[in-house]
Amino acid sequence: MASLEIITYPDERLKQVAQPVERFDEALRRFVERLEQTMRDAPGGVGIAAPQVGHLFRIAIVDVSSRPKIACNGRMVLINPEILSWEGMVKGREGCMSVPDFTGNVVRAECITVSALDETGRQREYRCTGYEARAVQHEIDHLDGLLFLDRLVSRRTDLFPRKNYGSRKSA
Amino acid sequence: MSDWYMLTVVGEDRPGIVARVTKALFEGGCNLGEASMMRLGGSFTIMLMVELEGTGERLLRLVEPVAGSLGLHVHVDAIAGRLHRHLEPDVSVTVYGADRAGIVARVTGALAEAGLHILELRSDVAGSKENPIYIMHIEGHAARGIDALRTALSQLGLEDIEVHLEPVTTMLG
Ligand SMILES: [Zn+2]
Repeated sequence: MASLEIITYPDERLKQVAQPVERFDEALRRFVERLEQTMRDAPGGVGIAAPQVGHLFRIAIVDVSSRPKIACNGRMVLINPEILSWEGMVKGREGCMSVPDFTGNVVRAECITVSALDETGRQREYRCTGYEARAVQHEIDHLDGLLFLDRLVSRRTDLFPRKNYGSRKSA
Repeated sequence: MSDWYMLTVVGEDRPGIVARVTKALFEGGCNLGEASMMRLGGSFTIMLMVELEGTGERLLRLVEPVAGSLGLHVHVDAIAGRLHRHLEPDVSVTVYGADRAGIVARVTGALAEAGLHILELRSDVAGSKENPIYIMHIEGHAARGIDALRTALSQLGLEDIEVHLEPVTTMLG
C-alpha cells in the first residue's frame, strides 16, 4: 500500500480547523489504513493527523510502541478526539513531518485522558502519559490548525526545568 | 554564484540594532540564514549567517555605514557552512550554583572527554553582586551515551553545585 503525500508548511491546509467525521464506512477504514502506512513509512514518526496529508477531517493516529522503555497504549486511532482531562506540565522536544528540518521545545500536559472513536465508530478512552501524551496533544493540535511552532517556548525558560521546582525541599 | 558568510556584530546595546542591520543587508540583496542575537551584559551581539553574491569585503561595506552610526564592531568570515545542517540534541545539561572560577571549564572539560558535543550553550549570572549564582544550560549530542556523561560528572566531586542531566527524546509527529 502506497503512502500518502505529506504536505508541509506553509501549505495553508495545515492552519485550518478539520471537520468531524460522520460516516464510519469502508472509505474511512481505507483512509485510516493509508494514513497509518504513511506514518510508519516516515522514519521516526510516532503520530500523524489527517490534515498532514491534506484531508481536513478529525482523524489522528498515534503509536509510540516502537520507542524503548515508555508506557503506552500501542496503536491508537483517534477519530473526533477530545481531551477530557489534563494534569501536570512538562517541556519536551518536538519535530513535525510537516515542518522539516526544525525541532523545538514545547510545554505539554504530562498526563491526559482522551476519548475518541476508532475506525469502526466504537467509543474509546485512553489515559496517556509523558511521551505518548505529548504525541496525542501534538496530533490533536493538527486537527485544530495548530503546529508545534505555535507553542514554542523561549530558550530562556530552559534554564529552569520544572523538575527543579518540584524537588525543592521546604526550608 | 553566492556564498555564505558569518557576520559578527558587537556593540553597546540600544533599541533598533537588529532592525537597522538587517535592513542594510536586505537592501544590499543579502539572504539571511541561522542566527543567534542577544543582549549579553550591556552589549548586543549578533552572529548571523548571510548569503550574498560577492566577497566578504562587499558584505562589510554594506554593514559599515549603519555599524558606524551605531558604534558597532563588525567582523566577517567566509564559511563552509550551509543551511539544513542541524544536528539533533539527545541530551540536555543544566548546571547551577554559587558562582566560582573554573566551573565551566571543569564541567565542559569532563563532558567533552566523555563524548559530549555541545550544540548550544547558554549561561547567565544571576543572584546579587555579593552572592552571584552561575546558571548554565547545554544541549548536545552524547556520542558515547548519557551514562558516560553521568559517570564523568559524578567523578568531578562538585558537591556544591547542582547538575541535572536529562535525555532529550524528540517526538516526531
Ligand atoms: Zn506534526
